[in-house]
Amino acid sequence: MNVWQFMLQNRIEVMELTLEHLWLVGTSTLIAVLIGIPLGILITRWPALNKPILGSANVIQTIPSLALFGFLLPAPWFGERADRMAILALTLYALLPLIRNTYAGIKGVDPAVVEAGRGMGMTDRQLLFQVQLPLALGVIIAGIRVATVISVGLATIAAAIGAGGLGEYIFRGLAMVSNQVILAGAIPAAILALLADVGFGLLEKSLAPKS
Amino acid sequence: MPPEFAIEFRNVSYRLDGGRELLHDLSFAVQRGETLVLLGKSGSGKTTSLKLINNLASPSQGDVFVDGRSTRDWDVIRLRRMIGYVIQEVGLFPHFTVERNIALVPKIENWPGGRIQERVRELLSLVGLDPQLAKRYPRELSGGQRQRVGVARALAVDPPILLMDEPFGALDPITRAELQKEFLALQKRLKKTVVFVTHDLREALLLATRIALMEDGRLVAIQTPEEFLKSGEPLARAYVAAFGTEVRPRGDS
Repeated sequence: MNVWQFMLQNRIEVMELTLEHLWLVGTSTLIAVLIGIPLGILITRWPALNKPILGSANVIQTIPSLALFGFLLPAPWFGERADRMAILALTLYALLPLIRNTYAGIKGVDPAVVEAGRGMGMTDRQLLFQVQLPLALGVIIAGIRVATVISVGLATIAAAIGAGGLGEYIFRGLAMVSNQVILAGAIPAAILALLADVGFGLLEKSLAPKS
Repeated sequence: MPPEFAIEFRNVSYRLDGGRELLHDLSFAVQRGETLVLLGKSGSGKTTSLKLINNLASPSQGDVFVDGRSTRDWDVIRLRRMIGYVIQEVGLFPHFTVERNIALVPKIENWPGGRIQERVRELLSLVGLDPQLAKRYPRELSGGQRQRVGVARALAVDPPILLMDEPFGALDPITRAELQKEFLALQKRLKKTVVFVTHDLREALLLATRIALMEDGRLVAIQTPEEFLKSGEPLARAYVAAFGTEVRPRGDS
């Protein structure tokens, strides 16, 4: 039996695991966007926070993923359910590209444009929402893109703590020394990552200001 | 009674946080409706002086008065909205059409939509731009056109004061001459109080009511173009000599 036959035979389970995978990735990325973009904006306004915030996000990124899942086990509320823990860990990993790109995107806006806006009497808020964020949008979306693609890969490890997703097949295949079972998890995960990459790439292109 | 001067610098010094002094004890006044040209080399403090007027920077010592009130006491947003600002890099918003760029200040001042549209059309013709360009983006315009849009945008809410920081510096000589001529015609009609920064003596002589010559953050002299050409001031003489015989006061050709 090759991998395609295996996947066809277990298509219901493949679908379920794929949906679980999407749930883990989608929820964690969404939460990371809601936290990371405001943090990125914050550190453009309060340079003193720049180092501590980017530094912490950097440190989190250096923790091996399996270890991070393990660290979270004793965490209250999160530790109660595997998917909560997985989403928390994936969210933490996604923060760095989001904070960094939001910061870089806003800082990268032509200073002449910002100064012209300020000189014309735009308030900070008007500058942010009408000028800086729209012009940084392409870079911010590139951050979401990177975060999502990384997250699709990392989420396979969530199966190690019982959070489900396509990692189930990968770990099961490892245990069974069966390449086809590993591939039944790895191939859909790779396709998800590619789709996310292409999708956000198109979005980035269509929203980025041309100049 | 409105205060005598539109803008007045009183013993203004400006120091960077690091301690370097960019402006030293500047005192001068700008009359209503005149074009005061700040002339000087790069680093002489022209642009900094300009930014003190719309409070993009604030003096370390002394006061800048706009309409008789110190910029320290102005609500900074109100102050800036009554001062048009044009810079060399133009600073048009690349993600806005020409129309939206020009309409920026009217919009944040909550003008009704109809009035904004009318004003945009009016301004486009005022600065000599085809109304068809309204829907274009800045990247689709030539340098001269962009600079015209910059001027239109600065004039949008009809501010009594206009600050222009080398607005024509990046243009080719032909376009520059054209825009200078149009600026003169425009100024004759609108009678704004203009503070204009340049390092080009020819431009200063052509446009200025008075020229304020600056060096190393100090005001060297403030004279009419005619006086400037005959000036005994060594720096003024050096300028005139550098530009040779090409320079002539306005109306002399």
